[in-house]
Amino acid sequence: MSDPLRGERREAPASSNHDELSKLKAEGYNMLVDMTAVDYLPQGKKPRFDVIYRLMKLDAATGSDMGRIELHCAVDELPVLKSVKDLYPNADWLEREVWDMFGVKFTDRPGIKRLLMYEEFSGHALRKDYPIAKRQPLIGPKSGDKAGSPSFNILHPTITGE
Amino acid sequence: MSEITQKTYMLNMGPQHPAMHGVVRLILELRGETIVDAEAEIGYLHRAFEKHAENETWNNVVPWTDRLNYVSPLINNVGYAMAVEKLAGIEVPERGQYIRVIACEISRITDHLTCIGASSMELGAFTVFLYMIKAREYLYQLVDHLTGARITTAFTRVGGVKGDLPPDFAEKFHAIAKEVRTAVAESGALLTRNRIFMDRMEGTGVISKEDAIAYGITGPFLRSTGVPYDVRRAHPYGIYGKLDFEIPVGTTGDNYDRYLCRMAEIEQSLRLVEQCLEQIPAGKHSLEPKEIKYAYEIQDAGKHGDTALLAKYAAKVDQTLAGMSKDDQPNTRVLDRKITLPAKETTYGNIEGLMNHFELVMWSWGVRIPPSETYFAVEGGNGELGFDIVSDGGDGPYRVRCRPPCLFPMAALKKLLVGGQIADIIPTFGSVNMIAGELDR
Amino acid sequence: MPLENDTVPAGVMTTQLDAALGWARKYSIFQYPFVTACCGMEYMSTAASHYDMDRFGAGFPRFSPRQADVLMVVGTISHKIAPVLRRIYDQMAEPKWVVAFGVCTCTGGFYNNYSTVQGIDTIIPVDLYIPGCPPRPETVIQGLTLLQEKIEKTKGQFR
Repeated sequence: MSDPLRGERREAPASSNHDELSKLKAEGYNMLVDMTAVDYLPQGKKPRFDVIYRLMKLDAATGSDMGRIELHCAVDELPVLKSVKDLYPNADWLEREVWDMFGVKFTDRPGIKRLLMYEEFSGHALRKDYPIAKRQPLIGPKSGDKAGSPSFNILHPTITGE
Repeated sequence: MSEITQKTYMLNMGPQHPAMHGVVRLILELRGETIVDAEAEIGYLHRAFEKHAENETWNNVVPWTDRLNYVSPLINNVGYAMAVEKLAGIEVPERGQYIRVIACEISRITDHLTCIGASSMELGAFTVFLYMIKAREYLYQLVDHLTGARITTAFTRVGGVKGDLPPDFAEKFHAIAKEVRTAVAESGALLTRNRIFMDRMEGTGVISKEDAIAYGITGPFLRSTGVPYDVRRAHPYGIYGKLDFEIPVGTTGDNYDRYLCRMAEIEQSLRLVEQCLEQIPAGKHSLEPKEIKYAYEIQDAGKHGDTALLAKYAAKVDQTLAGMSKDDQPNTRVLDRKITLPAKETTYGNIEGLMNHFELVMWSWGVRIPPSETYFAVEGGNGELGFDIVSDGGDGPYRVRCRPPCLFPMAALKKLLVGGQIADIIPTFGSVNMIAGELDR
Repeated sequence: MPLENDTVPAGVMTTQLDAALGWARKYSIFQYPFVTACCGMEYMSTAASHYDMDRFGAGFPRFSPRQADVLMVVGTISHKIAPVLRRIYDQMAEPKWVVAFGVCTCTGGFYNNYSTVQGIDTIIPVDLYIPGCPPRPETVIQGLTLLQEKIEKTKGQFR
């Protein structure tokens, strides 16, 4: 309440995220400032992910921030979240990033593409159980030989996962 | 005669551009020269900033934030540091806040100079590029004088800044401000009423107010459509409340308005730094004149046990440790033992100082922030740069999310490009000022 | 008389030709700037008027790999763009040299993570490493002069 940059903190069950957000949009929150997720696996919380939607009421005439709100939806690996890209068009890319980095699925986006990593990458990078230095290179010599040596194989896709 | 069918042509403006924008892939569907559909593919510079931030201590994340929006690195440093301080409830002393604002505004100037310079070069105005980069070079030398590095500075710490302003900073800045204003005036004379420039920039890349808000766009992009939203005005942070500046606003939301907004913002940033340098509270001061001894002499005396007289000496340290003496610290950093490294005289002079220093630097010791979560936004070069930080009480962040301001114009690229022609991509893309470090993090 | 005493000492014509070619090549470097990240800012500074790469003959970037001879890889290379880098390297015609500009291209920098190539020499052979994060323009110019020496000494055989 006292924090103007965060606004009120609301929680909602993940299955009704679209309804909550359409209600908020009807109240005048016209900008989706940010959408992200936090993985609480090491803290053992169930459900594991906390998806945060940050909304702002922006007055177009005066450019002043009329109020902000943040909506938290706790979600697990099972897809219950509905996509909100019909309400806020930038949610398209933000949801792709949440899928890419956390593996949070959306029920009405079956063919969702990754945003930041390449499609052949397996796993979701920002999850707490993904080790930071685990590489899955698309090209490169499998044996670790330097390029220019006779055994170097050009453009031979290797997904080593080591 | 058989039917003539029309097919659309797919053009890939691949990840490697000749333009100096970085790596982004545009997949265009063309009918002749007109763009029917456009899609952007990003992620070619994903460097796992958020993952690294989880594996580092609170102060160690600052170099990683430098490389987010690498044309205005000090703004990222300040944004992250202020978000952490908000989480911990730390109040930075006033001089430290003024120094942060000075650093931010200088970074904003370099951001706009690079944007305008690079996009004019792509339109063929190579001279403007050279003028802007010359002005930017003076600013880099100034930043070097202030922080020690030209681009990736790692200037802020949790609780303050690295060091105080050098003694001749104000004179240097005033000389450089004249150069920057000259360069901007010359470039303006070359571009602003130039027929070719206006033809290419006016009416291209138009976005309406409602669309811009729906896409979450902020910064010069939003201001060019007519919405005067600036985080420095809407949520004044630091000492922006005491400073007087205007917010340049456009009308039509096309590339020309964005160019004019950025040029005007350079002037406003110069004004802001000048006001800061007038208003800034006094800097290095000594209550009594101190004799200067080399740091190793203080160290030797301390090790010997001759600590009684050490309090009246000031240490002369290597220039890489500049900013760590007793004179520098009271005004630029919060003097909390648990957050700020002790002054060198204390570290070298007595055992408590040494232990304090070690405890702040060792892994799994160090600065601790109570477990909670917060969001803090600053006005970056491209718009609202937000940091969402979650702490679990450990020695480093649990999760750092950076809200990249240039992700949203890139998401809106379809709206900006469709209906235009191929040649309109260049000025539009230039005015988006996509910085891949921030976009892909 | 043994044949060696009769012949001209080991290829004096070819060594003169090599020297001439080396001199011509080193002073007309057509670079392909593969710019990705923050090092690009220092690349721009080095190319602009204050530090001026043009006085070394390296001032004209060719934006097509077919027309370039020095591939300057500037900035972090991620695994997503690595195949593109390899393809561009393959598209360049001999003689070609590769400059790893910035520590991210030399060894991966401090980005030891799931998405960064730990040094482009795992993908393409590199001729010059310019460390720094980002390297100061003076370092870049020193690197350029070292590259020029290397180009001068390259004889007729190419990889």
